[in-house]
Amino acid sequence: MSKFMLRMTGIALAAFALSPGAHAQAPIKIGSPLAVTGGASFLGDPELKTLQLYIEKINGEGGVLGRKLELVSYDDGGAPDKAIGFTKRLIEEDKVDIIVGGSTTGATMAMVPLVEKAGIPFISLAGAVVIIEPVKKWVFKTPHTDRMAAEKVFEDMKKRGLTKIGLLSENSGFGQSGKKEALAVAGKYGIQIVAEEMYGPKDADVTTQLTKIKNTAGVQAIFVFGFGSGPAVVTKNIGQLGITLPHYESHGVASEEYIKLSGKAAEGVRLPAAALLVAEVLPNSDPQKPVVMGYSKTYKDRYKQDVSTFGGHAYDGLMIAVAAFKRAGSTDPAKVRDAIEQTRGFIGTGGVVNMSATDHMGLDLSAFRMLEIRNGTWTLAK
Amino acid sequence: MGRFRGLAALALIIALLPLALPNNYYYDVAIRIGMNAIIVVGLNLLIGYAGQISLGHAGFVGLGAYASAVLSSRFGWPPLAAMLFGMAAVGVIAFVVARPILRLRGHYLAMATLGLGIIIYMVLVNESAWTGGNDGMSVRPFSLLGLTLASERAWYWVTGAVLLGAILLANNIVDSPVGRALRAVHGSEVAAQVAGIDTTRYKVRVFVLSAVFASAVGSMMAHYLGFVSPQVSSFFHSIELVTMVVVGGMASTYGAVLGAAILTTLPQLLATFEGYEMITFGLILMLTVIFLPRGLLPTIAARLRKAG
Repeated sequence: MSKFMLRMTGIALAAFALSPGAHAQAPIKIGSPLAVTGGASFLGDPELKTLQLYIEKINGEGGVLGRKLELVSYDDGGAPDKAIGFTKRLIEEDKVDIIVGGSTTGATMAMVPLVEKAGIPFISLAGAVVIIEPVKKWVFKTPHTDRMAAEKVFEDMKKRGLTKIGLLSENSGFGQSGKKEALAVAGKYGIQIVAEEMYGPKDADVTTQLTKIKNTAGVQAIFVFGFGSGPAVVTKNIGQLGITLPHYESHGVASEEYIKLSGKAAEGVRLPAAALLVAEVLPNSDPQKPVVMGYSKTYKDRYKQDVSTFGGHAYDGLMIAVAAFKRAGSTDPAKVRDAIEQTRGFIGTGGVVNMSATDHMGLDLSAFRMLEIRNGTWTLAK
Repeated sequence: MGRFRGLAALALIIALLPLALPNNYYYDVAIRIGMNAIIVVGLNLLIGYAGQISLGHAGFVGLGAYASAVLSSRFGWPPLAAMLFGMAAVGVIAFVVARPILRLRGHYLAMATLGLGIIIYMVLVNESAWTGGNDGMSVRPFSLLGLTLASERAWYWVTGAVLLGAILLANNIVDSPVGRALRAVHGSEVAAQVAGIDTTRYKVRVFVLSAVFASAVGSMMAHYLGFVSPQVSSFFHSIELVTMVVVGGMASTYGAVLGAAILTTLPQLLATFEGYEMITFGLILMLTVIFLPRGLLPTIAARLRKAG
């Protein structure tokens, strides 16, 4: 009998703990399916670290709307089918208030129908244009698109009077998506692509393709669209072949590693990059300077690692979400969605964000800086 | 005798399980278990009964998934037609490659099937004009005669029914002369040949059958998830499938279902510990092979029999 009483007391206590009074102070839940392991871990790893770091920081400062933030993150390994499962879990089981995540375009696109159906605001951290074009009611994104990178490069070429170019793209998701966008927007800037070649991400020699581009009549510049170590091989080959044409790279090589691997051949290479990578060389008048310096210092202090633009995207996503909760004054999904859409003049690591009903990314070409490599380091191109 | 008892027990579990499923997320896990179980029941015929390894079965799942995705979403085929076409095409492909591949044994067979899976994966990634490349593509929902299959609940019952059908089919094969021939091949291929069994023919048949099972599930997954990516045919997925067979119990159809249940649920439990999923899979596979070489269900069944 006493055992029975004890059990009843336990149930009563549990019921009390779950009563609405206690519920009002429940944390605001942020769901994040991220590619923390697997081939896309270079995206998910800094994203997760950034979210953990800043949620801790925000909670230390008292949280949002008087409530703590709680991160619920799952590792989808970059696989869309897993991202779908975890998104269902976040919506149905964890009942999150917002989703900030989706490291890869595939995972994000797989998640879109679920968040649209459930009516949960979703800020994606993946690159491709298809995520926000056409506009989807509940879906936003923070990273720049590859189309913007191509446009930034073509804008610079136009300024220098270069109109006939050779396009060398990498046979990878990143390179092929970049090639598609580059071909789509070239006409807008009066750029003619006279030679078009491809290379594999693990190729040790690209001189054949480069020689073909070099020997194309009238070619005035080379544009390489690739990611990681492949473009460094291309750059070295360009040096070995003695090609002196102006050389452009995409934002995919915006890391110290690229300069290290390419050595002297990287001199004079131009590329579009987010302000975050050149935090130190930005003029003090730049509105993004305090933001990118702050993020970069906080991240480096904690993890003893260099920042990447990807972690920056997660920072922007989290901050946009937090600002939206504050503006909405609640976690009501519809109000938060409207508040995200009303984001204006938000200064993030990726650029100045001005969202609208027709633009769920809110970045323009000014988000990219045109850099030139001089004396083995990044400088702002004039 | 016990042939229909197992099936009835499983049918009862499937019928009663929804009472314990609080929301769609749990339905989702149950559906994934069911779909994996169908593949594994087929794969178990090949690995468990005929003793032939395949490290490329995720490739067939991928082919089925993309057949449904591309034909129904890009060409407007009715989903059922796309699914059946996928199964037929995979059957033909499996039949063509089976003869040369199944002449190999041991490591060489493992290598050849591994290569096959990787080739399929590469094709799905590279033919991006059709498949959407690495980023995958979305698939329209399954519909038949004007009815659309969209909710988790509907998919749960469909998956359950297909699973029971697959088990019935597998059990019938196991208890038929074909099944006996397969077990003879597993025991000793030479002895089976001496006894007058055309071993290659039986091996090819069961390889084709298991590939068609995988393709059918690939199609179901594509429509259920509404999205396909080349990850469904990745090497890791093949390994997952083999692990399910080995852990659940080789040459045990219900063991295969148990294996699928355990190894589909496990990643959900480990989802917050990034990076440990692979290690855990490897560890489970290793420990099973060392301590329970016959797999979970057959070992438990043997213990119970001994005790009783």
